[in-house]
Amino acid sequence: MADTGNTVPTGKLLLEVVTPDKLLVSEYVDQISAPGTDGDFGVLPGHCHFLTTLRIGELHYRIGEAEHYMSVLWGFADVTPQKVTVLAEISEKAEDIDVDRAHEAVARAEERLERGGLPSEVEEARVSLEKARLRQKVAERLKKQGHA
Amino acid sequence: MPSLQSLRRKIASVKNTQKITKAMKMVAAAKLKRAQDRILSSRPYAHQLRDVVRHLAERASRLSHPLLHKREGHKTELLVITSDRGLCGAFNANILRQAAEFLKEHAEQGQEVSVSVAGRKGCDFFRRRTWTIRQEWPGIFDRLSFEHALDMGQDIIQHYNDGTFDQLYVVYNEFKSVMQQRVVVEKLLPIESLDEEAGQEPAKAVGAYLFEPDEHELLQTLLPKHFQVQAFRVLLESAAAEQAARMTAMDGATRNAGELIQKVTLFYNKTRQAAITKELMDIVGGAEALK
Repeated sequence: MADTGNTVPTGKLLLEVVTPDKLLVSEYVDQISAPGTDGDFGVLPGHCHFLTTLRIGELHYRIGEAEHYMSVLWGFADVTPQKVTVLAEISEKAEDIDVDRAHEAVARAEERLERGGLPSEVEEARVSLEKARLRQKVAERLKKQGHA
Repeated sequence: MPSLQSLRRKIASVKNTQKITKAMKMVAAAKLKRAQDRILSSRPYAHQLRDVVRHLAERASRLSHPLLHKREGHKTELLVITSDRGLCGAFNANILRQAAEFLKEHAEQGQEVSVSVAGRKGCDFFRRRTWTIRQEWPGIFDRLSFEHALDMGQDIIQHYNDGTFDQLYVVYNEFKSVMQQRVVVEKLLPIESLDEEAGQEPAKAVGAYLFEPDEHELLQTLLPKHFQVQAFRVLLESAAAEQAARMTAMDGATRNAGELIQKVTLFYNKTRQAAITKELMDIVGGAEALK
């Protein structure tokens, strides 16, 4: 694991995204924005110490001119002036998302939501719809970028 | 002198044993690969989460959450992680020796000790001893999943909060490499911050820390989660170490069986030749007598 010490180049942030399965990202970045429970927040190098829970949303970071997107589902973010650690339950990079499958998942979740049923089932359908929409959105970011 | 037939039987029997140990070694190697991948991929998450929790623990006041709060009590629990199956060398013996030592030491210091055990081998061991078994989880290693850790975490946290014990230690085999397992004793509860573990005074909080939502709510979700992830990591470590230990043990057993076969075969051939020579002499002697 990268050292939190003084090895971070000035003007950069070390971003580490880990899920229970693996270390997904470990890179020096210029800017990050992430979905906190109480609203999205942006981080630049030198940010004050900050600890928050995350909701379902899109994590975005920039290295130079290159923009990167990924989906984050719940978890925690620990921000220090030089390092941001994101501990996500589930997370995927935009380039790893299968767009067709995401579309299918959205359709399936919408259908389930319409069908209704027990409150717990509806809630479950709502969450999976939110998840599917997020993956779709993140995947499409990449497509737009590719055309640009 | 043993008969030729009994020697033949012995060779056949050792050969059979060798086949079994060889198969077990191969099975252990395959399982080890899987267990190793699991532990290696889950380590970063567990370690990062631990760092986050420790950052938080340094800044939050000790009283703000029961899992951080150091109690004066003198009830200590030891969580012992063993395996479900035997034939894995000194794997369980090492753990149980260390556990018994730990318990004895703490009992002598006037602590009230209890144990909770994961793995069938440990359950068997402690049932025959005088220590109080508070809880056991036998047979979880065949299909180890996060659910088990969740279960364990919930049970332990609840009893901790109820005051069944005031401190929790865990003893398990850490998977260092295929050839090496290390017995580790770690304090799990109350959760300690980094500096305390290194034996230093807790560092002064560096500037203000922002919490979102508030500190209490964060701790409420983060700490139990942390504990479960640590429990899962410990179980995975132990599972990988077990397979590694078994592989090494079975490799040794296969080699020993090979040596034994060689030795007995040599002896068998010598005996056979001696018998043939003796027979020949008899025949020659008989022929001489007829002349």
